[in-house]
Formats: sequence, structure tokens, C-alpha cells
Amino acid sequence: MITFTLNGASAAVDAPPTERLSETLRERLGLVGTKVGCDAGDCGACTVLLDGQAVCACLTPAARVAGRQVTTVEGETPELARLRAAFLAAGAAQCGICTPGMLMTAAELLALNPQPKASEVEVALGGVLCRCTGYRSIIAAVVAAGQGGSIPVTEGPVGAPVQRLDGAAKVAGDSFGADEWPEGALVVKAVRSPHAHAAFAIGDLAAFGARPGVAAVFTAADIPGRNAFSVIPPFADQPAIAATPARFRGECVALVAFEAGADLDLAGFPISWTPLPALMTPDKAETGARLHDTRPGNLLVEGRVRKGDAATALAASAHVVEGTMATAYVEHAYIEPEAGAAWMEADTLVIRACTQAPGMDREDTAAILGLPIDRVRIIPSAVGGGFGSKLDISLQPLIGLVTLKTGRACRMVYTRHESMTSTTKRHPAEMRGRIGCDANGRITAVEFEGRFNTGAYSSWGPTVANRVPVHVSGPYLTPHIAARAPAIHPHGPVSGAFRGFGVPQGALWQETLYDRLADKAGIDRLEFRLRNALRDGDASATGQTLRAVGIHDCLTALKPHWARALDKAKGRTGRGVGVASCWYGCGNTALPNPSTIRIGISHKGEVILHQGATDIGQGSNTVIAQIAAEALGLPLSAFRLIGPDTALTPDAGKTSASRQTFVSGRAAKAAAEALRAAILLRANAGQGATLALDGTSVVIRDRTLARIDLATLPPDRFGYALSSEETYDPPTTRLDADGQGAPYAVYGYGAQMVELEVDPALGTVRLLKITAAHDLGRVINPTLARGQIEGGIAQGIGLALMEEYLPHRTENLHDYLIPTFGDVPPIESLMIEVPDPEGPYGAKGLGEHVLIPTAPAILNAIRHATGAEIIRVPALPHRVLEAIGGVK
Amino acid sequence: MPEALLPEPLLYGRPDFARPATLPEALQLLDRGGWRILAGGTDLYPGAGPQLAGSVLDLTGVAGLDEIRHAGDLRIGAATSWASIAAASLPASIHALQAAARVVGGRQVQVAGTIGGNLCNASPAADGVPPLLALDAEVELQSLSGTRRLRLADFLQGPRKTALRPGEVLCAVVIPERAIAGRSAFVKLGARSHLVISIAMVAARVVSDQGRVTEVAVAVGSCSAVAQRLPAVEAALTGGPVTDAVRMVRAADVMSALSPIDDVRATAAYRGEAAVELVRRAVAGALA
Repeated sequence: MITFTLNGASAAVDAPPTERLSETLRERLGLVGTKVGCDAGDCGACTVLLDGQAVCACLTPAARVAGRQVTTVEGETPELARLRAAFLAAGAAQCGICTPGMLMTAAELLALNPQPKASEVEVALGGVLCRCTGYRSIIAAVVAAGQGGSIPVTEGPVGAPVQRLDGAAKVAGDSFGADEWPEGALVVKAVRSPHAHAAFAIGDLAAFGARPGVAAVFTAADIPGRNAFSVIPPFADQPAIAATPARFRGECVALVAFEAGADLDLAGFPISWTPLPALMTPDKAETGARLHDTRPGNLLVEGRVRKGDAATALAASAHVVEGTMATAYVEHAYIEPEAGAAWMEADTLVIRACTQAPGMDREDTAAILGLPIDRVRIIPSAVGGGFGSKLDISLQPLIGLVTLKTGRACRMVYTRHESMTSTTKRHPAEMRGRIGCDANGRITAVEFEGRFNTGAYSSWGPTVANRVPVHVSGPYLTPHIAARAPAIHPHGPVSGAFRGFGVPQGALWQETLYDRLADKAGIDRLEFRLRNALRDGDASATGQTLRAVGIHDCLTALKPHWARALDKAKGRTGRGVGVASCWYGCGNTALPNPSTIRIGISHKGEVILHQGATDIGQGSNTVIAQIAAEALGLPLSAFRLIGPDTALTPDAGKTSASRQTFVSGRAAKAAAEALRAAILLRANAGQGATLALDGTSVVIRDRTLARIDLATLPPDRFGYALSSEETYDPPTTRLDADGQGAPYAVYGYGAQMVELEVDPALGTVRLLKITAAHDLGRVINPTLARGQIEGGIAQGIGLALMEEYLPHRTENLHDYLIPTFGDVPPIESLMIEVPDPEGPYGAKGLGEHVLIPTAPAILNAIRHATGAEIIRVPALPHRVLEAIGGVK
Repeated sequence: MPEALLPEPLLYGRPDFARPATLPEALQLLDRGGWRILAGGTDLYPGAGPQLAGSVLDLTGVAGLDEIRHAGDLRIGAATSWASIAAASLPASIHALQAAARVVGGRQVQVAGTIGGNLCNASPAADGVPPLLALDAEVELQSLSGTRRLRLADFLQGPRKTALRPGEVLCAVVIPERAIAGRSAFVKLGARSHLVISIAMVAARVVSDQGRVTEVAVAVGSCSAVAQRLPAVEAALTGGPVTDAVRMVRAADVMSALSPIDDVRATAAYRGEAAVELVRRAVAGALA
């Protein structure tokens, strides 16, 4: 028995002496506020205080706490109280998975140094990774906590910096996929392929299944439904559990369900492997044996946009540049590895797991398990970061299978290694082409070919292939374009959705060529972009007439910063300034994309928002509630949120493609307006009436005062006194064979400027400042919007400078590098509002836009600083030095 | 921590874990064989399951093993954490080691990780090693059959390979009094700010007298299987004017001691280029 002091109270626990303290706290003491991100000391999420000092609980033997004081996020100290308030006010908790580790590390700092400076915070917290915030808001929060206090903003109209409605849970240690499970749940582990391509034979499962602690073993043969899924059903090709052969390293080939408390030992699992030739690159795959019978040349799909005659226009152009750009596999590296639990409720299979797309999870899981869809219920847990990868199912069908077959509850938590090897990545791209302009610097044509490595299965490959040609002109008037993007299947990790769906890769190519073209034309690089920026009434590359185009305003907003930065960099070796733009269509590309939102007022006078848009940290719980409150005319604080839960919330679609503020926001606005109209009708009041809740009554104040006693109303179809449910589907048209059409109803725009310093002897890059101008149409919540901008920039920095996923070699968070504190410079956000008539209150999407310009702006600044043209990211120091010409 | 609260070595009543309170106890236990030695845990836990496999002997309860004593020689107990080393008040010659201590992982790893563990783990990228090589550090190894001292350069035999014998404990790192002279600097190169495995790192210690370099020690890590001193560079700089020291660092002299490789972090060619530059900066830093 280990006795110690836990959060100020004496505690005793019987645990193996070298058990990870994180395991002891979570599994034996039920304190799940301490999160596990890597089990290796690489992420700091599990930080607790041991005698006041920050340690990783995952590296601490349980025995070592004997007689000592342990403080976790469940504790209450004056430092923690100040920090929690400051984190909420600053928007320093987004998804919340790193928040306990951040809070505990900061608590130690405040105890040692009650009023730390920003630079001291950065160093002290440097051992904790965050993938959402870009760290700046965390630094600000800790500094503010040291300065005393933060005043919470909990009420306000659209446009108010209201703190997250789900924030209190985030700063207390929210409940993620790994944090809830029924007592006695089986523990599921996957057997995965160690090879990129291999045949396998499974041996005596009965003998393995008879081992003590093993409850059941499952293989592909046990899948009762269709063992093939894809986010786009016509492309369904990926097995939940593979039958031979395995097509990528990390693919699941069998499941073992262990009894709770058993030794989770997969050693000796009866499987024999025969490695087969692996096609690891698109060029090898194009000429190699087929991965999927129906796809010759291992071509999944090719996206195209063709307008005018690009070749002829280029031949007639005053200036033409030609260039290539290559990008790497990029790992989402959310701090929460995939996790969840499953159980039966009567005939219904319930799956609680981290996800961005509960509706799609439900459809796919039902199909794989051969269940009617109404027998599957998906309850999203808090999501510890998604960024696109948690759109695809991962463990949902696996735990669903175990529970369905055994009738018992089960749970599964991916290791960091499993999360990295088995889930999707950003598509590596090999891009080339030409861009031309006339003598006045007006773009004449773009010719582009981008080969996208889509990995072994389809996932979001078709979406990427279609989105890239649509966007590769950038937000610039481009009369002639010929763009194609084939997606090819090698035996690599599955490439899926990652913030931007291929657009960031295309922008790297286009925006770096723009700098070269501007130089050729002898025009300032910002001026060159302004000259070509799309304007209202212009036609896009797909022939869509655009409105509410904000790119000109964004670039214009950067002008004074640009002048200052160029002046500052002048004559200073290694200093450079770069700029790049973005545009991004919000929602599915030329496909239906509806969201439905329900709002009810109960007989007790509560306003209930059935909010099915998964909040993965970006803030949809808050933003959609703000929109609903504004449209209904009742205070935000009157709202209570339900969901997401496929049993309780109508389908608000997936959290992807920067669609929730726009699409679900529009649905929420429509539902709130309908509810308001119904109330006003009952009271015979005019549009200008004000509403208030008073006990079980709604009070309507117009020229006269009216009162609806909710308690007396009969329950409506949803059981409420009053309710409404509305659906919004953005108006789009299909694209024709040349990619012509109106694929999106709303586009968002932005431009970023990077100031940096290159060490000419080492090739290292130090970012000094990023100025980000983004057109949000209407800023619903400036704190959350800034959080998106800063977090997207951090991921853009990673894409540009350090992130490269290599199977076998960077399958952990110390070989695979994501930005840390200190890698993200101060960011100045300039929020531009060019309202879109289609968006709620004019709002446009933002989540993906913010990542797109960062990497090309960094490369453009490196070129400005050194003359070096980087054509392959990440621009690791050795690549930069080589491009400078410094490596002999 | 009050002694009485320390668990007794075999309090757990199990043969596979011990946390001795004294060195003799530890050596007695170790003599039975079959133990994995646990200190900070920062290298043992990654890759492990919910608990460590095998029989584990935890040295962090051993009294005195986490002390820094400066009396002539500087003796750093093997279980001294990086955080303690960084926070200690030590002479300028030790500043490179303290700078390295501040970049071994993040705060959490520095609080737990120990100098002895770092050496026994014998990673080619161990940040603590170049500063210690530049200090002519020795390691004190104890077993039931006695105590021996080895130069750190002889203790580290290759990646993950040391001269530690069965039954032996690395008890202390000893910096001889004669090496506690001059000023030192540490420079680390990685692709991000924090939590980064070094592409290369360099420690330099320079002693000068009346404008002349009287003694210089330079060591480079991550550019060979084991971090290396640079004898040719040291010879070239010794006796020369301080003002010329950086200029006297010749690429060929640096490279003659190194054998960099390609890996995910950098190419071999880059490592070589960078090492030369870092040596110059470390020397400049030690003279600053």
C-alpha cells in the first residue's frame, strides 16, 4: 500500500511499485483529469506536481510518491484558481486535452515566480505540447494570472468575446474518449501490421483465446456487415479489420479483448507474416501492381479544373515562372490519442468516443456491423483535437464489434504509436506547373499538376483531388487555368483530411511562384497580389461569380505592416519578410452539406439548444449558441446545451471544411428565428418586441406586455412547451467535367505576413512576428476567432519548418516534431468583416483558412532573406542551408 | 523528505522491486543480479507498458546520491536531477553543463531526469555529455568488490553501451579540481525551440591568461557514435591569442574527430558544417 497526500488529503493505493503514476491516478484512484498523450515524456499532458515540482505522471513510478504530496488538476490551490479563470478569459483552452498539464506546470511556475514575464512562461511551460492554440493565449493567460485576475465575459451579443460555454469543464480536466467507461469493461487491443505490405496467416486463435485474461479474439472473418468503409461511400475500400494482405504499416488485422485488469499482452499472438513488395511512392505505385482491383494505375481519382486556354495564354505572357514544390506526410498529432468505450443499452449499441463526425460514424459503424442505423448511437466525448483525422472512423467499429459479439461493455485507448501509425495524414504532394502575367503584372494563366499521395485507402483522397484544382489559382483573378490533381495509392499511411484538404499544399506552390513572378515583373510582392486580388463580381477559376470577396481588404490591411517590416529588414543580413494569401470554400465541394439545429423551451422555462455540431476545440458550442441567442432574443446565459449525441441531437453534419459557423450557424439562426416568430405570433407582438424569461413564463414586451405561461402549454412533437427545428443546406452546384460550377456558397479570405531571421551559417529560421489579416465576414466571437488564427498559424509553421511523418522513423512525438512554446512568434490578428449575404450575420468560415498562408509566407520570407528557393517542405535547417548554398 | 516516510527496501514484499535507502543496501541487492536500475525514469518508461517489466531497483531513495559537493573536486551525485544542477550555484567552468541541464527535455524531464541516468543511457545525443567531456569528468562506479573511477570518455563505449559491469552502480560524476577553471559555454542545435533531440551540440571551456588561451576543451555531441573531444582544435587554439581563437577553429580539425551520419533530423554533410559553426560559437561564448 502506498500512502501519500493527494490534493491535500491523505490517500492510500495498492498499486504495483513501478506502475506509471498516471495509470495509478486514472485507473485506481479514478482521477481522470490527468491526461495521457504519449507515455514517453514527450508531451507533458500528464503533468502533476510532486512535492510542488512538475513531473510527468507517465514517467513517475507509483512507489515514488510514498509519503509525498501529489497535486493534480482535481486539486484546488490559489494558483490553480487564478490560472483557471485566466485560461478561460484568454481562450487558452481550446480542445482542453493539454490544459491540465499546462495548468499544473504553470501552477509550479507561479508558486516559484508569482509574476512571471512572457519569456519566463515560455521557458517554464516548454515541456508541454499544445496542438490547438499556438501557445500565445496560454502565455497571455499565465502572465495575466500572475498579474492578479481575469474578469470573465459570460454574456453578450454576437461579436462579444464570450468565454467558452464548455470552458469550465476544460479547465477542470474534461472528459475525453479515454475518461469514461462502464465498470468491468473489457479492454480492447489491436494487432497491427508491422509491414507496409504483407500477406498474413492467422494460426490457432482458440489457444490464444484460452489464455488467462483473454475474453475474446476477433478477425476480419468476424465482421458481420460490409468490411469496407470510406468517408465517401462510393469509394468504400478500407476494412475495419484487414483480411490478408495488409496494405500499410499500422493496419489493424485482429482484435483481442482482455478482461479488466488483465495483462494486456499481445506477444505470441498467432500470426505469421510474409512481407510483399511495397510501393512506397506515387511514381512506383503508378506503374506497380494494383492495391485495389478496380483502380488501374493505382489512381483513386483525378480532380480537374479547366477554363480558357492556359497554354496559349502562357505563350503570350510577358513573364512566366515555372516551379515545383513537394510536401511531406503531416501527422495531426492531436494530444488525445483515439479512445472510446462501447456498451449495449437494450438493443442499441452505444459508442462514446472522440470524433468530429458522429453522424458518419453511426452510418459507417452500422454498415460494418450489419446493424440497422437506429440500433447504433454515437455519443461524442470531448475531443482532444481533431484537425480532420477524427472525421474518419478509427476504433468505433472495433469496440462496436467487441461489444456486439460479447454483449459486454468494452473500451479502447490507442497508444501514441498506434495513433500515429494507423490514422490518416496530410497528403504528401508533388506539384509542378507554370504561372504567367502580362507586362502590367496581371495574371494571365495557371498551369498546374499536383500528384497527391493518398495512401493505401481512399479516405478523403477524392475531396483533396477535387479541392486543390478549384483553389490553386489562389484568391486571384485567373482568366485561364488548366489544373489537375490525381490521387495515387502507394502502400503508405492513409492520407485523409487535414485542415485545408490539400489547399495548403497547393498554396505553397502557387504563392512561392507568385513571389518569383512579382520579382520578374518588377513589382512589389504585396502590390502584385493586390493587383490580382479577386473582387466582387469576378469569376473564379470554376466560373463562379463571387461576392463578398474580402481578399483585397485583407491585403490592404497588411500594407502599413508590410512597409514597416520591409524597412526594418532592410540592410540586415538574414532578415526577411514574406506574404501569402488564402481563400477557402466553406463546406463540401459541390455536394449537399446540410445541418439541422433544434431549440426548445421547456415547461420549466429553460432554453435548450440541441447542438449536434461537434466542438473539437474550435468553439462551435459557444459560437452556435451565440448565434441562436442573438436570433431568438434571449440571453446566452439562459441557454443549456444538449449534445452532440445521435440520440438527442439532429444531425449537424461533420466538423470539417470550416462549415460549422456558417452552415450550422445558419441552421441555428433559422431555428431561433422560427421559435421567436412562434412566440411573437402567440403574443400577437411585432418584430421589435423584446423577450425575457420569468420563471416558467416568457415575457414579451412590445407596445404592450404579454406573457406566455410555458407550464400550461401541451408538449409539442419534441416534448417541449415551444420548439423549432430547422435545416440549412448551402446552395451549390455540381462541377462539370472541366470543373466548372459553383462548388461553394461561401468563401473566406485571408493574408498573412511573416517576419523572420535566417541564420546563414546554420540554416535555422527564427520567426519574429506574424501579422494575420482574415476576412471572417462577421466576427461572432473574437476570442475564439483569434484562437483559430493563432492555432492555424502554429500548424502552418509546423508544415513549413519541421513536420515530416516517415513510417518506421518518426512514429512518436520526439522524432516527429510539432511546434513548441518558442516556435510560435507573437501574432497580430487583424479581423476583417466583409459580410457574406449567405452567412449567419454575414459570418464566413475560418478554421482552415488560417493555416493556408503561413507556410508559403515563411518560404517567401526565407527567399527574401537569403535568396534561397525552398521547393520541399519541411524546410529543416539542413535543407535551408543547402538551398542557401552553404553545404559543400 | 522525512527519512521515516521512505519505504523500506523490500516493503512491497515482492522480489521484483526495491528502493534501498543506503548505498550498501543497494549494492547488496544489486549483487544478486537481474535488476534494471531505475533513476529518473525518463529513459526507462518510454516504450514500457503500464508498469516497468522485470525486476527494478530504484536508486532515488539512496541517501546522498542526489548531492552536489564542491570541495576541491566537484562531485555530483548520480541521482542529481537536471533541475538541481541547473539551479545550483557553480563556477563559470560548469556553466555549459548547467546550460545543457536547462535543455534536457522540458521542466518535467529536468525535474525527474538524473545526470547518472543520462550517462548510463549512453545516447549519442545526450546533452549532458559534451559539457562533462569538456570538464574531463570521471565517473565513480561502486560495487561490493570496491570502487573504481573511469574517465567519462572511457565509460561511454558506444550508443547505449557503457563500461558499467554487473553489480556496479554509477554513484557520482566527479569533475577534477584542475578542470574547474575558465569559462564555458554550451550551444545546441535542433529544429525547434523546446523538447528537441539535438542535431548537434557543442560545449567549450576556455582558460585564458593575459590574452592568451592557456587551456581549451571542446566536445561535440550527436556527430559521432559517442560525443567526442576535438584534440586538433584544442591544440590549434592553445597558446594562441584569445582574439584569434574563433578564427583558429579549422573545419578539418573539427571533422577529424567526428563521423556524422544521416538521420531524420539532418544529413551527415549538414552536421559537419553545423558542427564547425557551433564550435566557433561555443568558443566565442566561453570567451564572452
